Amino acid sequence: MRQQRWLGPAMFIPAILYIVILVGVPFVMAFVYSVGDVKVGSEGYHFVGLHNFASVLKSPTFLLAVRNSFIFTISSQILVLIGATMLSMALQEAFPGRRFFRFLILLPWVAPVSIGSIGWKWILDSLYSVINWVLVRVHLVKQFEAPVWLGEPKLAMISVILVHTWHMLPFATVILLAGLTAIPKDIVEAAAVDGAGFFRTRFQIILPMMLPIINVAVLFGAIFTFTDMTVIYILTRGGPYDSTQVLPSLAFFTGILGSDLAEGAAISIFLVPLLVIAAWLVLRSAHRAEVT
Amino acid sequence: MAVVETRRLTKVFKRGNVGAVVNVDLETREGEFLVLLGPSGSGKTTLLRMIAGLEDPTSGEILIGGKVVNDLSPRERRIAMVFQSYALYPHLTVFNNIVFPLKAQGVDRAQRQKQAEWAASLLGIGHLFSRKPRELSGGERQRVAVARAIVREPSVFLLDEPLSNLDAKLRASAREELEQFQKRIGTTAIYVTHDQVEAMAMGDRVVVMSQGAVRQIGTPADVYDDPADTFVATFLGSPPMNLVPLADVIVGFRPEHFLPAGVAERGGAHLSYRFQISHSEYLGAELILYGTIQGGALHQKKVISRIPSTHSAGLTDGSAHTFAVAESDVKFFDKQTEKRTAPRSLS
Repeated sequence: MRQQRWLGPAMFIPAILYIVILVGVPFVMAFVYSVGDVKVGSEGYHFVGLHNFASVLKSPTFLLAVRNSFIFTISSQILVLIGATMLSMALQEAFPGRRFFRFLILLPWVAPVSIGSIGWKWILDSLYSVINWVLVRVHLVKQFEAPVWLGEPKLAMISVILVHTWHMLPFATVILLAGLTAIPKDIVEAAAVDGAGFFRTRFQIILPMMLPIINVAVLFGAIFTFTDMTVIYILTRGGPYDSTQVLPSLAFFTGILGSDLAEGAAISIFLVPLLVIAAWLVLRSAHRAEVT
Repeated sequence: MAVVETRRLTKVFKRGNVGAVVNVDLETREGEFLVLLGPSGSGKTTLLRMIAGLEDPTSGEILIGGKVVNDLSPRERRIAMVFQSYALYPHLTVFNNIVFPLKAQGVDRAQRQKQAEWAASLLGIGHLFSRKPRELSGGERQRVAVARAIVREPSVFLLDEPLSNLDAKLRASAREELEQFQKRIGTTAIYVTHDQVEAMAMGDRVVVMSQGAVRQIGTPADVYDDPADTFVATFLGSPPMNLVPLADVIVGFRPEHFLPAGVAERGGAHLSYRFQISHSEYLGAELILYGTIQGGALHQKKVISRIPSTHSAGLTDGSAHTFAVAESDVKFFDKQTEKRTAPRSLS
């Protein structure tokens, strides 16, 4: 009995330590820093109230980053949603080589995002871009007028969105595939007997039944995208002229590279209310998916 | 309304394996209630799914209304099907479930409303229109599934064990109701079941299947009283027909035809045997007696007798009595093929 009483908590401890030390402490410190005057290398701590927040709100870069964060998250999630839905439906059908294709689709997720992004950095390079090479060969653009993918504000934003979509697609596809597999075969067959064609079956039967799981996939994707800066950091570093700067990258550049820990913390704190709402929605739709 | 016909219909799921359905020739009659009866794995559901167009036949033809439909999709066959699970669309209300086939056909809104109300009134589910399937009881779900199937007045009505998810009490009343309902709308129906009581009670004709092949087609009385082979003889009836193997022939008679001598006599020639009762089961209305025959051609053969409880006086375990069976109730089966053969003398 004694052993039984301690075994449970003992099993818990590693997980609790992990959350407290690696998530809880930094989280609390971010709050503490955001109302102080801490810089990298500075000694002591002075409470400055909401000064950092006021200063951040006045910065045009910050407002640009907020706007970019939304553009980046919403566009990539729309693309992921459409792509993952189509892919999951295609991959559910039986066809020769299905396992291989499923594996291929998973690759971008399995490979470290940094390696994938570095690959894309070369694919989109201003001089050596294979995309431009192909475009020139098929005479769609002239040799010296090829687009500079990462160098023009609009193209740079489109590029990071597409690369991030490429990276997020497999995860969403796998979630949706699981949701699709859970739809009873009978129901799809009943729709066929009832006279529903390809599109009616997909849009009026399968998609609505997948809705709860789609919600989960999109909200997870949105939270992940909103807090992630890997693709942007490797491809553009927020440039050109901050045109791809998002909140996480701005917080990193300000707080870590720019040594202004307090202001960096204040920037990251802005993310919290949005993420809390998103997390609440995730939990709610996950619960619903369970019930129905 | 239409006649469904299959010609040498075969389905082999895995190359080299035995077919799930083998060379099935079948023809329904106009407005008939045809029951496919067989144990699980007998191919009855596969046969139904091929008729529905949900499964491609390996060979053979399917005709609906005289037209070969092998290459037509389910929607083009103008059939309706009720699934074992009912397969109601969980995200749609009862009303939207029922009108779904009409929407797919492009029927306009006013007409849809009218037909849905007609179907719902036939089944008494009009008050459930705004509910979701998960808010319905098993019996209500089954009615909604039937309503969805009939709402566009299909040419053929296919049912795959639609009563198997209902509890026993509800099943009996739903059975009766479904049968009456089919008579009223007069649509040809093909009904799959493994339950012989359902088959006997509902079918105009019963198709008995085993291992993918049709063993016998006939009215419930035909298949029960004149089984074509030993499989049909034992699959129908509970307890099954007594089958007694002799030197060159198998003798069969139903337990309820093997009665105490005094009860059995009702004219005609009889075969009498001494029946030693080893044990019995009391089932309320009737009594099942297990025992062996003493003397004669069937000496030491184990048989079962099923008699009304009202005649059970004195039939205790271990006692021996004279039992008799009418000669006309005794069937003979070939020992090799297990098919019916001509009657012969047993004395």
